[in-house]
Amino acid sequence: MTIEIKKNDNEAIIGITGRLDTITAPDLDKAINELKADTKNLVLDVKGMEYISSAGLRVLLAAQKKMHKSGSMKLINVCPDVMDVFELTGFLDILVIE
Amino acid sequence: MTTSDYGGETMMNKTFPAKTEALSDVLGFVEAALEDCGCPMKSSMAICLVTEELFVNVAHYAYPDGDGDMTLFISFDEKERVVTLRMTDKGIPFNPLKQEEPDVTLPAEEREPGGLGIFISKKTMDSLDYTYENGENILTMNKKI
Repeated sequence: MTIEIKKNDNEAIIGITGRLDTITAPDLDKAINELKADTKNLVLDVKGMEYISSAGLRVLLAAQKKMHKSGSMKLINVCPDVMDVFELTGFLDILVIE
Repeated sequence: MTTSDYGGETMMNKTFPAKTEALSDVLGFVEAALEDCGCPMKSSMAICLVTEELFVNVAHYAYPDGDGDMTLFISFDEKERVVTLRMTDKGIPFNPLKQEEPDVTLPAEEREPGGLGIFISKKTMDSLDYTYENGENILTMNKKI
């Protein structure tokens, strides 16, 4: 999995490509936790994210809880297979997806 | 890894160390086996997802005092087009299917992080069963592809 981070003022856009699974999820978790405190809005561009397992879902849940305390988080470009997993697990209702 | 053909059923099995580092090898084995069966990509992804969830459980909990292995058996009934996976380990007796399911209707603030792996596995496979026999935890699952 590769992660690309772009920052604009108080917004960060993290592009994720590849699999978000047990092995790679900690890297995303780390990247999100290392965002500066002035990052108010987080956009996760998951166009290249073809697979997500529960490890990835846990990282997204933690990120959602963290960002929604004082800002926002949303996902863009979710692929159909990943959308299926979100729907199955109720994450479609938890995450903001555009 | 061993492969055999038995009356219209293709069977393969391989043993892996029960460590999360082995996940890529485990999924590589499953993906290759499913490709041989002509499994559509969406079903292959679903089966790999379940394999990951169940394998990671074994890697985390089966051998608290040391190392151990997990053996994966894959068979394919060509007539019925059903894939069967059997995951076995010689770790402590543990039925992961008995854990309480997460409430997937709760909002983010109330959601607990755990339990999703098994929940996904139960919903994804056509059947998923557990048994403990001869000192082995055995998870057996089927999916029509």
